[in-house]
Amino acid sequence: MIKRPPPSFLWISTLAVAIVFPLVHQDSYVTEVLTSAFLYALLALGLNIVVGFTGLLHLGYAAFFAIGAYTYALLNLHFHFSFWVGLFPAAVVAGLFGVALGIPAIRVRGDYLAIVTLGFGEIVRIAFTNLDRWTGGPNGLLGIAHPTLWIPGWGLYDFGVASLPYYYLVVGVMVLVTAACLRMSRSRVGRAWAAIREDELAAACSGIDTFQLKLLAQGCGGTVAGIAGAIFAAKQGTITPDSFDFILSVMILAMVVLGGLGSVPGAILGAVVLGTLPELLRGFEQYRMLLFGLVMIFMMRLRPQGLLGSVQIRRELLAKKSETDDASPS
Amino acid sequence: MTVWQLFFQQLANGLTIGAIYALIALGYTMVYGVIQLINFAHGEIFMVGSYLALSVLLLLGISQPVTGLGLLVQLPLCVGVAMIGCGLLGFGIERLAYRPLRQVQRLAALITAIGISFFLQNAVMLIYGATDRRFPAVIPSIRFEIGGVTVTCLQLIIWTSSALLMITLQILVMSTRLGKAMRATAQDPKACQLLGIPVNRIIAITFIIGSSFAAVGGMLFGLYYNTINFHDGYMMGLKAFTAAVLGGIGNIPGAMIGGVVLGVLEGLGAGYLSSQWKNVFALVVLIGILLFRPTGLLGERVADRP
Repeated sequence: MIKRPPPSFLWISTLAVAIVFPLVHQDSYVTEVLTSAFLYALLALGLNIVVGFTGLLHLGYAAFFAIGAYTYALLNLHFHFSFWVGLFPAAVVAGLFGVALGIPAIRVRGDYLAIVTLGFGEIVRIAFTNLDRWTGGPNGLLGIAHPTLWIPGWGLYDFGVASLPYYYLVVGVMVLVTAACLRMSRSRVGRAWAAIREDELAAACSGIDTFQLKLLAQGCGGTVAGIAGAIFAAKQGTITPDSFDFILSVMILAMVVLGGLGSVPGAILGAVVLGTLPELLRGFEQYRMLLFGLVMIFMMRLRPQGLLGSVQIRRELLAKKSETDDASPS
Repeated sequence: MTVWQLFFQQLANGLTIGAIYALIALGYTMVYGVIQLINFAHGEIFMVGSYLALSVLLLLGISQPVTGLGLLVQLPLCVGVAMIGCGLLGFGIERLAYRPLRQVQRLAALITAIGISFFLQNAVMLIYGATDRRFPAVIPSIRFEIGGVTVTCLQLIIWTSSALLMITLQILVMSTRLGKAMRATAQDPKACQLLGIPVNRIIAITFIIGSSFAAVGGMLFGLYYNTINFHDGYMMGLKAFTAAVLGGIGNIPGAMIGGVVLGVLEGLGAGYLSSQWKNVFALVVLIGILLFRPTGLLGERVADRP
């Protein structure tokens, strides 16, 4: 079960390319596109914990992103929290919402869990739209402070509106989250999650506390989305409920599935592909989203297990498919 | 207006939108029943149906309420074209996008469905434009007053046509050879294959029927709200899906009852609470049902598949 650690030189060289690239290729548009793609990658890594590691289908993940963004925005606007301080409550609140959603949702499984989470995502978005006394309603919140950094010997550095500092911020956070994901997936907890994903009943019989571990997965997923949300709010300076719609949840899930369920590099690759594809297709102008849909269809048809889908998971999925076909509906 | 008049008025309104929900919900529930797939592109098929109906009306040059011959020839033609068009669309989607993925992981089909949604939405947007399109009011605006409650001619048409379609479907599924094959496929596709039932054809027919029902829902939706937009498929799809779950997914009478119950609950919720929170209301009902009665009102199947 314990997977061999992936060749770390591949990770390090990828990271080196990511660090050097915007310095070599100085194009603010490209940097902006990559920054948002990496922000998607952060979300995909978080969702991968829930869907890929633990096998809990989640269709309302954008809600945690929204909760993180609004938590930082409100703390900043009303209590003047700086970004670095506000990041923690944003992560914690989103994580707690993840656990809070997990408790009632623990009773439902499979497709029904997907629908409960979908409903939760929509309720959060509509609540942010309608609670206009606090959230500014459909117009959202304006004037959220950009992060600042005290650099010794140089003074206070304001991140401002250019995307380059955020690029490095997101890359830095991604390194931490990726490392955490890789370590978790090979830890006792990660193996327990895999056991739950493969066969929950057998996992419970082997003494795994499925309740606690499923909540832990939901909490971890929520926390990562909360961090991403705070970065997003600080980068944009304004947030509106429309930024966190169902389509976003679905896109993040599509990134995880496209990359290969349960694969950490897959989640990043899927996010970079789907995050940059609409921009790469920009030459097609109004046909771009049409082609985007077609590309999604064909990619799934050519590689249903995802770009970096592990052979192991695919084998398990195929085996399980035939098993459940034999089982009569309860 | 007395308390009861308000109640019955909201009930009538809720029943109308509920009938449309039910027509769309049938597509979700039939497909889920047969191959355990949530066809997320179904809302888009509904939207395409409303645009097809609009195109036929524009081609025929109808923009006024029709009477006599028009009611008997032109409107059925319009419904027919929308139904056939959407039926073919549903067939094509099943054949090209879902069938190749039936044996691999189920999430792949979900992503494909999302791709189809993007494609259909943008195709419609490119053809018809991104702004709201006015849907001609072709039904004479006759109103009936029954004890202070206003019911329009259109509402009566919506109720009767959807009731007729649902009764037809129920007869088809419960007492024809095709229906028997569909029910058998839902229970055990492998055994059906062994017994010589053309499972692939049955699944294709299920998609065609579900899609053509969504087309009728699309046309009725256009007539009832007077404007259509390429974005309509998403929320209506979600509501119809809620209705299907409410009634117990995979269960055909359940979808009908679920649609009507959801429509009525929403109508009453919008009337008594606030229309702003109308959509939340539907979703809270959905989550509540899933948590406390996961099989739905009439459900027999528990979605407990990986």
